[in-house]
Amino acid sequence: MTADKAKLAAQFIEAIPHSRALGMKLTGIGDGEATIEMPYSEKLIGDPETGVIHGGAVSALMDTCSGAAVMSHPDGPRATATIDLRIDYMRAATPGQTIRTRAYCYHVTRAVAFVRAEAVDDDADRPVATATGAFTFERSKA
Amino acid sequence: MSRPRPEPVQVVKQRRDAALAALVARVPYIQFLGVTFDRRGDELTAIMHYDDKLIGNPMLPAIHGGATAAFLETTAIIELGWNQIWQEIETEGNELPPLRLPRTIDFTVDYLRSGLPRDAYARARINRVGRRYASVHVEAWQDNRDKLFAQATGHFMMPQLND
Repeated sequence: MTADKAKLAAQFIEAIPHSRALGMKLTGIGDGEATIEMPYSEKLIGDPETGVIHGGAVSALMDTCSGAAVMSHPDGPRATATIDLRIDYMRAATPGQTIRTRAYCYHVTRAVAFVRAEAVDDDADRPVATATGAFTFERSKA
Repeated sequence: MSRPRPEPVQVVKQRRDAALAALVARVPYIQFLGVTFDRRGDELTAIMHYDDKLIGNPMLPAIHGGATAAFLETTAIIELGWNQIWQEIETEGNELPPLRLPRTIDFTVDYLRSGLPRDAYARARINRVGRRYASVHVEAWQDNRDKLFAQATGHFMMPQLND
């Protein structure tokens, strides 16, 4: 992926209203892989007793990051849509810490990209959540 | 055969609505998403009121898949929480126990159509709830109940009274 294309992708993702509302920042993108982080925020809390972020916010982060990975694929499409996404929640994210996600396309067919993603907080050795998804993939004309 | 006179309808409704409101108000993220719950007897319908910040693809435009996933997950969690306290609500003069919400183990979303920029509705069905684990299916639609735009299945860990 050229520097121009990467910059364009970054701008595109930061222009997504829902991702902006959640405070997401694209920190890396290229060749079917993307990293995005989301800072802790009180409005994203799912359980006020513990202050832990709602699973839904983590889902949104995983979905955005996976979509970005698909769009950055060298044969990649200009747009993609989620066909299916499964999230496994390994543990509660530590309140106050930024959540970082990395997603990559591990296989692409003519029409579908298969993506894996992982989310961590400051303790990067123990994932907070993992995701696997299938995304629409329309190859750009050669 | 005699039975105690049933409570006035307003009293019953007031108690159920107050319990539901207290349950929903506990989760800040539900407020952020702009989700409210409609109640008919014990049946809940979640409504995600359209807002520009829910958009994921400004070109189409379409609702963000993450917002849809969060909407479905929230609907499932509230349904489980509601199901847990329903018996208590129905017992006259009962104090509601301190409420703990279920925790998501996994959640799988099927995206069937793109979410249009308008209100969305969802209902959850508890397929099984045991002492520790629960399995819940959720369906979401917009204009037409028969045309789902997303559905999901999730597994949840039920809160334990003593942990």
